Amino acid sequence: MFARTIVSGLRRQALRPAATSKAASFPATASPFRPQPFLSAFQARLLSDETRSAIDKAVASAPVVLFMKGTPETPACGFSRAAIQILGLQGVDPNAFAAFNVLEDPELRAGIKEYSDWPTIPQLYVDKEFVGGCDILVSMHQSGDLAKLFEEKKVVVLEGEGEGEKPSQ
Amino acid sequence: MLRRYALGFSAVGRQFSNMSSTTPLEDAIRAKITAAFNPQTLEIYNDSHLHAHHKAMQGSTSKETHFRLVITSDAFASKMQPARHRMVYALLRDEMALEGGIHALQLRTLTPEEEERQKKKKEEEAAKAAAEADPAPAE
Repeated sequence: MFARTIVSGLRRQALRPAATSKAASFPATASPFRPQPFLSAFQARLLSDETRSAIDKAVASAPVVLFMKGTPETPACGFSRAAIQILGLQGVDPNAFAAFNVLEDPELRAGIKEYSDWPTIPQLYVDKEFVGGCDILVSMHQSGDLAKLFEEKKVVVLEGEGEGEKPSQ
Repeated sequence: MLRRYALGFSAVGRQFSNMSSTTPLEDAIRAKITAAFNPQTLEIYNDSHLHAHHKAMQGSTSKETHFRLVITSDAFASKMQPARHRMVYALLRDEMALEGGIHALQLRTLTPEEEERQKKKKEEEAAKAAAEADPAPAE
């Protein structure tokens, strides 16, 4: 049932150099509405080395990485939607961004909570560093701290460069 | 079990017994946060009804799944927001891990100084907006 786990997905990805933009499409390709079994057994489990290293790779797969419920196109949770909207408003470069759908992968869903020591989804990472969940993104967006961070990390689409359009290759 | 349920509807029961409360999670949140952070402000909003129809809530009968907290405490001083949120999450770990427990927890964690600053800012903005809307007040 969960043939496309993050572990196998990332192994495949590791074979490809410069896979940052591809990473975004990896969870987005499958349907976000597949019914999920109840996962309490997974949630109680300790983070295995294999899952940890898979998440390591996911976190490093792009400068800006969001773990969310659903996909950027069809978020499955209001808090994940808010996070995506904020990244859009901030003008984060799609090429510098990867999203991982935790609903697609029970191991990721349970593992990321322990990995980040953060019990809720969404979770944002910038340059492999945990930034926060939805509330923190909203308050950083309002205070201007998020814009500052993204600017420093050079992950926003520059003005005048294909603004509002698909950026050229 | 039945007795507890019955007690839940009597004022005496609610007053003296935690077990009979109709809001056991909210009570637990209030008690734990009050004890751990001695908060200057603690607002607890139960937003569960707004999310009751969501897919993730299918099969859940709990009326206490989505909470929004505003906490102002000195305990947050000199800590970044993620660290502050982690303090709250750690405190409520059991309630969040519980099957049918807290599903979503929105947090606003401030120090008293930050709250004061935000209040002032809001007042200034409100005054400015009022002045713009009505440039010549009647008084």
